[in-house]
Amino acid sequence: MKIKRREFLRKSALMVAGVSAAAAGASVAGLAAEWTAGLKTLDPHQAETLLRMARRIYPHDRLSDAYYIKVVEDLDAEATAKPATARMLKAGVTNLDRISGGKFANDPMPIQIVELKKIERTPFFDKVRSTALVSLYNNRDVWKEFGYQGASYPFGGYLHHGFNDLKWLPDPPESASPKPA
Amino acid sequence: MTRYDTSDDSVVVIIGSGAGGGTLANELCHKGFKVVLLEAGERQSPQTFRNDEWFAFKQLAWLDKRTASGSWRVARDFPNLPAWTCKTVGGTTTHWAGASLRLQEHEFKAKSIYSNVTGANLLDWPITLADLAPYYARAEDKMGVTRTNDIPGLPGNNNFKVMYNGATRVGYKTVHTGRMAINSRPRDRRASCWQLGFCFQGCKSGAKWSTLYTEIPKAEATGKLDLRPGAQALQIQHDAHGKATGVLYADRGGKHTVQKARIVCVACNSIESARLLLNSASSTFPHGLANSSGQVGRNYMRHTTGSVFGIFKHPVHMYRGTVMAGIITDEADYNPKRGFAGGFEFETISLGLPFAAAFLNPGAWGHDYASILEQYPNMAGMWIVGEDMPQATNAVTLHPTEKDQFGLPIPNVHYDDHPNDIAMRDYAYKQGAAVYEAVGATRIIKVPPYPSTHNLGTCRMSEKAADGVCNKWGQTHDVKNLFISDGSQFTTSAGENPTLTIVTLAIRQADHIAAESARQNL
Repeated sequence: MKIKRREFLRKSALMVAGVSAAAAGASVAGLAAEWTAGLKTLDPHQAETLLRMARRIYPHDRLSDAYYIKVVEDLDAEATAKPATARMLKAGVTNLDRISGGKFANDPMPIQIVELKKIERTPFFDKVRSTALVSLYNNRDVWKEFGYQGASYPFGGYLHHGFNDLKWLPDPPESASPKPA
Repeated sequence: MTRYDTSDDSVVVIIGSGAGGGTLANELCHKGFKVVLLEAGERQSPQTFRNDEWFAFKQLAWLDKRTASGSWRVARDFPNLPAWTCKTVGGTTTHWAGASLRLQEHEFKAKSIYSNVTGANLLDWPITLADLAPYYARAEDKMGVTRTNDIPGLPGNNNFKVMYNGATRVGYKTVHTGRMAINSRPRDRRASCWQLGFCFQGCKSGAKWSTLYTEIPKAEATGKLDLRPGAQALQIQHDAHGKATGVLYADRGGKHTVQKARIVCVACNSIESARLLLNSASSTFPHGLANSSGQVGRNYMRHTTGSVFGIFKHPVHMYRGTVMAGIITDEADYNPKRGFAGGFEFETISLGLPFAAAFLNPGAWGHDYASILEQYPNMAGMWIVGEDMPQATNAVTLHPTEKDQFGLPIPNVHYDDHPNDIAMRDYAYKQGAAVYEAVGATRIIKVPPYPSTHNLGTCRMSEKAADGVCNKWGQTHDVKNLFISDGSQFTTSAGENPTLTIVTLAIRQADHIAAESARQNL
């Protein structure tokens, strides 16, 4: 687990613009210092907490931290535009740390899940979850990881690009499924 | 472009440009009527549509605030989005999937045939299938419905292959690529289907019928149509005799205008149609226009729905090609032995990854949910669409405190699932799971209903004025020159996707308006 985690961080470092490869293998806090520098409203601790939270909400081992950093960047953008969101996020992070009794971001993953369960009905949790939902799953790079091809209009639709290429079941008869024109 | 003066009281004003309003406008223009078509949304085109779920949602969906209440899960998951309908020229025909099924004979007589369903406010339609048959034929020809008028069916995609094999293995007999208002061959100057996979996001090939690029430009070509996008109807006005005289609307800039009218037709989709009538209350009609029965807004129906997704060992790529690529109709009959009244269909459905994440289990998070999404390429999906029971308390009402940008009360949509709806959904989940398990599904996901796209019944047609809002022509019982022209006319929901019937009723209503006008009755 530890090794895997370092591998993510290394990949993240390579993928996030402005983060030097020197950060490879750095501690969470060390990396945070780099990637949070561009945030306008959230401080590094808040950003790190939200990053951990996003990873727990939609945990995909195959995705590097870079994708989850995008979630925090989107939250930061909204917090910058809407003071109410900024207040909600700051209070939410403080509350998570209070539940943790230390720093939520430093708690072991199973503990973090238990802590998040306690706040899953709050507007703060829903804000982070719904932002992560769009940031992650509407990201074209994530689509590639998940085998979703997205827009087909640019190449003329799936008609000639595999709309009926499934071979592990027999083709239905033409009465049920006529041949394409 | 034709423009009528706002004081011209010889025009027919139609509110809403979707399946009902867009079709009615075209039919009336071709009969020589002067038509003003008010549409709250803006005009898009296949060129401006995008193969992008979130972009298209923001471009096309009706996003003005609404509230939801009741026991349905939509109220919890989407408290401000009870319905997924559209605010754009062409209305929800930009978003619909194209399934075009006629209602069945027995479904027009739900009260007589289903008899005492406790808690259901059932009523027989004042018309029969025979009354509608010739108009269904015209609608199918107009829309180019496959498997009618010698139009071949569409080719099935991978999602359909899974459905077909599973369905036939569990013994279902009627499984095919459906009757779809999507061109399988070029027709009516529209291309054949490119299998884009974005039927819900506005069809960029134009193969799917939408009033946006069929009825509306055809109506414009007559020189009789004055289409006004960005025009939000606020109130229908009337005179001392209780006749409708015009429509107050706000334009893009918020400026209020009254367009005079000889006839007003309401086709705003069931939530907004009811809200407009309720917001048109006056000293003569204190409970809302055309609401002497008290039925305006009541009997709101949204079909018994839900989805079943299966995960397989091998790839499916369900998102490739038509969204509703196939249908199982074996469960559509009336068969109370199953433990519920009414019937339903299974239709394939697919969601792109962004919407799969949003809708497969709204609000869910954690490892289990993430693991489902990781198997996205190996997923197949089907949607349940079945008859739901009208209930007097399932209603669109005016919010007691919240107002919209025009200062008018926003709508609240209340819906409690009827025990019959729950029994049907549970049975359908079980059958849908069996279909996928028959072809090796390793996991079944039973997905709760999405925000409603089939919104029905809030201005229902009835034989007696006390039982409903309009008569068998969609003409309101109370106001002679006021018509209901959308799915809110439906007396009961029946088990079929409603668009074909909405178009059919609009064609028939246009004939009636023309005949009554010729007789000087309107």
